[in-house]
Formats: sequence, structure tokens, C-alpha cells
Amino acid sequence: MNPNQLENSISINESVVYSNQYLTFMLAGEEYGVDILRVQEIKGWNKATSIPNTPEYIQGVINLRGTIVPIVDLRRRFGLENAEYGPTTVVIVLKVVGADGNRIMGIVVDAVSDVYNVPADEIKQPPDFGKAVSVDFIKGLAAVSGKMVIILDIDHLLNSSAAFHLDASVN
Amino acid sequence: MPIDMAQFHQTFFEESFEGLDLMESGLLDLNAGDADIDLINTIFRAAHSIKGGSATFGFKLIPEFTHIMETLLDEMRDKRRQVTEESVNVLLQSVDCLRDMLASERDGSHLDLDRVKQHQEMLQKIFNDKELSPVSVVSNGSRERNDQEPGISGWRIKFLPFKNLLSKGNDPVRMFRELSLLGDFKVTVDTSRLPAFFSLVPEECDLCWELILKGDVTKESVHEIFEWVEDDCELDILPLSSEMSAGGMAEKSDPASADEKEKKEGSRIPEDIRKDVSRVGEKRNTQPSSENSSIRVGIDKIDGLINMVGELVIIQSMLAQLGKDFDMNQLGKLRDGLSQLERNTRELQENVMRIRMLPISFAFNRFPRMVHDLSQKMGKEIELKMSGENTELDKTVMEKIVDPLVHLVRNSVDHGIEMPEVRRENGKPETGLLHLNAYHKGGNIVIEISDDGAGLNKEKILRKARERGLVKEDEVVSEEGINDLIFLPGFSTAEIVSDVSGRGVGMDVVKRNIHALGGKIEVVSSEGKGTSFIIRLPLTLAILDGQLVSAGDQIYIIPLVSIIESLQITESNVNLIAGKAEVYKLRDEYIPIIRLYDVFNIPPRNTDLKGGLLVVVEGDGKKAGVLVDDLLDQQQVVIKSLETNFKRVEGVSGATILGDGTVALIMDVSSLIRLSHQAGSINSRPLTFFANSKAA
Repeated sequence: MNPNQLENSISINESVVYSNQYLTFMLAGEEYGVDILRVQEIKGWNKATSIPNTPEYIQGVINLRGTIVPIVDLRRRFGLENAEYGPTTVVIVLKVVGADGNRIMGIVVDAVSDVYNVPADEIKQPPDFGKAVSVDFIKGLAAVSGKMVIILDIDHLLNSSAAFHLDASVN
Repeated sequence: MPIDMAQFHQTFFEESFEGLDLMESGLLDLNAGDADIDLINTIFRAAHSIKGGSATFGFKLIPEFTHIMETLLDEMRDKRRQVTEESVNVLLQSVDCLRDMLASERDGSHLDLDRVKQHQEMLQKIFNDKELSPVSVVSNGSRERNDQEPGISGWRIKFLPFKNLLSKGNDPVRMFRELSLLGDFKVTVDTSRLPAFFSLVPEECDLCWELILKGDVTKESVHEIFEWVEDDCELDILPLSSEMSAGGMAEKSDPASADEKEKKEGSRIPEDIRKDVSRVGEKRNTQPSSENSSIRVGIDKIDGLINMVGELVIIQSMLAQLGKDFDMNQLGKLRDGLSQLERNTRELQENVMRIRMLPISFAFNRFPRMVHDLSQKMGKEIELKMSGENTELDKTVMEKIVDPLVHLVRNSVDHGIEMPEVRRENGKPETGLLHLNAYHKGGNIVIEISDDGAGLNKEKILRKARERGLVKEDEVVSEEGINDLIFLPGFSTAEIVSDVSGRGVGMDVVKRNIHALGGKIEVVSSEGKGTSFIIRLPLTLAILDGQLVSAGDQIYIIPLVSIIESLQITESNVNLIAGKAEVYKLRDEYIPIIRLYDVFNIPPRNTDLKGGLLVVVEGDGKKAGVLVDDLLDQQQVVIKSLETNFKRVEGVSGATILGDGTVALIMDVSSLIRLSHQAGSINSRPLTFFANSKAA
């Protein structure tokens, strides 16, 4: 299946542009959410082919039914401590909208968590941490049944070449 | 009902450009003084379709422009005007102009309106010249004209449309309205074909008409109205023989009035131009140039594909059946099925690839015109011979090979073939021969451009190369080596062979472009007899023959075309320079060793050169030995782009998917060599030192 077909197959969903549904996943004990309409599929972790001379967080590329898809290790992207890939480790394949068209990319996360309905007005702006933490890639914070979910702006996160360090000040 | 015409634009433009090509080739075949009716008809039809189409889409300027061309052609067709070299040339230039106009409508790009106007005036001039020159034509033309003019005051038109007339979007009422504008018009309808009411199909046309048109009307103008329906009806246009009226004024009045009409149109242009300018301006922002081009595919190719997919489905269901309750007894059956599947898949792949293939005539077609124009400009006589135009080539390759070909052909015309006088002195026929040939050879397509001109002047080339320091003073260069010198950058042919210059690309660019396509170019020349450029190109860019190698825990693919040889390292041949840069003595040259794991920053498996495998590769004219852990299979791989979802990666040209579903990267040898230079700055210095000492 080529990328175009991939796009076609989800185009039905795209007619409902503003969904309030978020797929959440776990990363180092925190719960993060991404817009569910951007999720192409979720698949188990398989070793990727590494690409020479790319940042450490680029795990490599995998074959997604004939399309070459780059994989980003989100822990490394955020400068978190590396974890062993285990049975719950999954790749979430996302559609990333960029200035030069759409791309398909995968992110490696610890585990997939849930799907929540979060109305737009319940998403709060993240507080300003100053230089300590870059919040550019965070769309907002949402409280779902007492837990905090960090909603990610994946376009910003995966298009930008700069690494966002959650603990930038520490390092 | 509003119809969005924009959806038909692409089709219209495609057809129009095809029409222009048709006109161009037709005009080139048209010899002065000899009016080949079929040929003129073809050109006329193409012009007419463009006029009709562009008028439909509301492109103001184009129909007007085409109209004049059409009128000219129409007169040539009727032998009222002689085909002169001048008029053919003006028409050819108008075709160019028209092409620009269409392109500007399509892309919203800037159109040089002065040029359009200039061409229109040129056409108009030719058109008006008629009064002066071709009176003689009347004598030989009069016979043809007997059947239509003079004194005929009208036409009896029997119009029997086929049932499908309406479904093709033609409306008789509209045509009749047109006709009624030409003169006194009477319609009689014949309802005899009309079926009973309940078997009446509203989309079908069951009526026939007899039309009587009185007035001073040419047969052409009547035909013109029926032009679009001619294939969908029986049409009889007979002169009204009985009543004679207003006899005398026939011949002259018609063209004269047409003249007047043209003049009026001519004077109307400025305001139309203004309109068009504003419209183009509007469009510019909204419409990017159409990059997603389309190709026309023969129906036989599609049918072949459908057949093959059918077979594939059958095999799939067979295998599915087999898998449902499988036991080891059926192993043979499974193997059969799998081998059948393999064969089928391969065939399917080949056929899908064939869809992208176009005959090379797409690239060749521009050359008759180019050679015609160039030779006229330079006062040379050149015959262009083309063969193997049907050789098929991948569309992407085709698009990229055009520019190098144009350059080579220009070169041959410009520098290769001598002036007629020189040729006569040298005992050659005055007309030079330029031969374009294309054929398949072992998975490659070979394109040859040969001329029987002066050939390369070896001494001059060598002298120039020495002057420029490209070759050392005392260096002995083989004959082949001399010819290859012209491909070096900074070695413009214009400066060697003649002083004509002013074209952007040099031979080095030609060579680079061809290399970028994975092809090769060589030159064979014998002085005084001519030069041949031989280009070898892979048939497609989508598939390449690759050598699988392993390094560390990764598998990479090196394109077979870049590999010169593979060898086991003999330790005594390894030299260290400055304690760091490694070179390998390969017979009489020294080549740098590239440790793949170093360049690609991957954990190595084996760092010992001893007993290691060296793949000698060449890229951009530089050789290097790539140290790999193991040589694996050789296989054809399908190239997938990394850039679609990621970005360009240095040293890698793309990726492919191996049999086990994993991804392997395809190496880009020239960029790998560049990368190795950057990897260690220490590396690069001794290497250049060695390259120099090698040349000395």
C-alpha cells in the first residue's frame, strides 16, 4: 500500500476534522495524548533499519506495507532515560502534517493506554517553564478522571529537527 | 447547471500540446510549392481543435491567433494559396508562440504579449500578401473550385444524425442557429425514424433534417459548423443548383471580407490583451504549475495487466485452499503454487513497469524542428535520420535525458557538421548526416548520436587541456583518454572547436546528468569522418541491480553499476599515510579505503583489514575501496524513496525492502566518497596528494 492509499483509507475519518478523541500512551510513567485522527495504526516493536549519521532518537526506518517509515524513539527525543524495549513497547504510526506535505512517521512508546474524549475547552495551556522546559510541542494539558494527560502537538514535535529536552536544565 | 470547466482543462491542454506537436511535425514535412492535402488537413484539424477548445474554455487570445493560422491553412488546403517556405516558417513560429500562450494559460506564467502581437502581425502580413502573389494559383485552383463556387447561392444539407449524437454533447438546435446566421435558412424535419412513444428513448436522436441554406456561403463555413458531429452523422452538403442569384460577386468578395474581418480582429487585440493580462494575474497565485503529469497508456497494456491480476487472484485462492487443511503430502502442490506465484508476480512487475515506458520518439520528436531551425540559421545542410524511435524508456528517465540529448544534437549541428563548402572540399556530400538511433541492449537502452562531420580534433583538445592544466605537460594520454577530456568540467567544447558559445550546459553537465540516471556516455570519433556519442541508460529508475553487503549488523545495497570489482585484501598492499589514511594498491593505482562502519557510525563487527573484503567502487570518476564484512546476494531491488517520509541522507540514495520484509539502504557511491572525505579531515589531505601523484 502506498502512502496515497494509506491516506485514502483514512479519508473517511478526516471529514470529521475536529475530533475530541485522543489516543494516550505511557512514556516514563507519564500519560501523553495524540489526536486520534492522526493515528494510522499501532503495531508491535520490530527492529528498525538504522540510518547512518542521524540523531540518536531516530531509531531507523521500517517497512510499513511497502512504504518506508522513519521511527522516532520518543524517550530519546525527550532526552529521557532509555528503557529496554519490552512486550508492551509499541510503535504508533502517525500522519504528520508539514509545510511540504504529509508524512508518515512512527513513534516508539512504552505502552498504549486508552482513548479519551476531551472537549477542546478542557485542554489547558501548559504553564510557562521558562527555558527549563520547552513547551513548544505541547498542545495543552488535560485532566481526565483525576490524571493529567499531556496532549502533544505532533506536527511540531516530529517536523522540528531540534531536540526538545524535558529536563534541559538538568543536563 | 453550472459545470466546472476547470476539470477539463488538463485534458484540453494535453490534447492541445499534442495537437501542436502534430502541427509542428506536419509543417516540417510540408515542402514549399507542394501542397500535400492530407498533411495540410492534419495540420488544419489540429489548429481547429485548439481553436475550438480554447474558445470553449474562454481563452480569448488563443482562438483569435489560431483563427488566422487556420484561415491560412484553409486556403492552402483549397490551393488558393501556395505553400511557400516563408509561410511555413511563419506558421512554425506561430506554433511556438501558441505553445507559449497555452503554457501561460496552464501555469499562469508570464506571457510576452509583444511577441504574440508580433507573430500575429507576421501571420496577418502573410495573409494579406496573398493579393500580391498567388494569382497564378487561380489557374490550377479553379478546377477544384468548380464544385463549390461561383454563382451557387446556397446549399441543401441532408443531416442524418446517428442515435448517439446527443449523448456526445452535440445540440442540433445550436448548430442550426449558427447556420441561420449565415443566410436564409429553412429547416425541414423528417420524423419517419421516430419510434412509437413508449419505446422512445429521450437520450437518442431519432430525427433527421433537411436544411436549405440560401446565401453566399462557402462550403467550408457550412462544414465548419458540422465539424464536431461529422463522425456521428450522415452528412450530405449539395449545392442548390436551381436558383441562381447574385452570381457575379463570388470569388473575390469572400476572401476580401475575411481580410476585413481579420483586420478588425487585429485592431481589437489590445483590449483583449488587457483582459488576458488581468486574468493571468489572477490565476498566477492560485494555480501552481501542473506537476502531477499523466501518461497515456495503450489499452493493450492495461488489458495485459488485468489478465495477470486475474491469474494472481486464481493462484491466491488456490493457495488459500491449500493452506486451509494442509498436510505434508501436499508439499509438492504448495511448491508448484509458489513457483507459479513467483512467475506471475514477476510478470506483473514487468508489465507494471511497462506502463511507465514511453517510446523514445517523445524525446526525439523535437529534433527535426531543432535541426531544421539550427541548420537554417547556420547555413548548413543537414539531413536528420532517426531510427529506433519505438524503443521504450521509462518516463522519468526520458524527462531527464532530453536536455543532454538536446545539447549533444546542438553540438553535432554546431561543431560537428561542417559548412557545405568545407564538406565539398573534403570530398564529402554537401548535406551532412545526423543520425539518432536508439535500441535495447542487455537491460540497457542505448542512444547513439552520430554525425559525419569533422570529428574531434585530438591535438587541439590535448593542447587546450594542457593549457588549462587538466593534463600534465609530459603526460601521455591514450586516444580514448583524449576524447574523454571533453567531459571534464571547465572544458567547454565551444572554446575548443569553434567560437560559437552561449549555451548554458557544458559536456561535463551532460555527463553528470547521465551519470545521475545511472547511465554512461562515451564518445567515439575519427577525425574528418565524424563523431558518435553513445549513451547507455538503465531502462528504469525504479529498479536496480544491487549487490547486498553486510557491515556491522546492517545490510546495505551497492548498485552493481558502481562496482568495478570486489577483492580480498592482501595486507602488503595496504599503505598508511600519516599514520591514519589508508590506501590500497590496486595494480597500478592507489585507492582510498573507506571503512563503512566509520563513515556510517555503526558498531563494527570486524575492524581488521586483514582478510577483509574490499568492494572497489567508482562514483563521479573517483575510485574507492569500501571495506565490508561480507558479500551477500546480488538481486534486483525496487527503489523506495527515503525522502517521502523522512529526508535526504548523505551516502544513501534510497531504501528497499528485502525478501524478509526488512528495510535495507541503498548506497549512493559518489556521495559516500564525499562523506568519507568529510569524516576525517586528515583523510582528505593525503588522498588528494595521492590523486595528484597518480596523475603524474
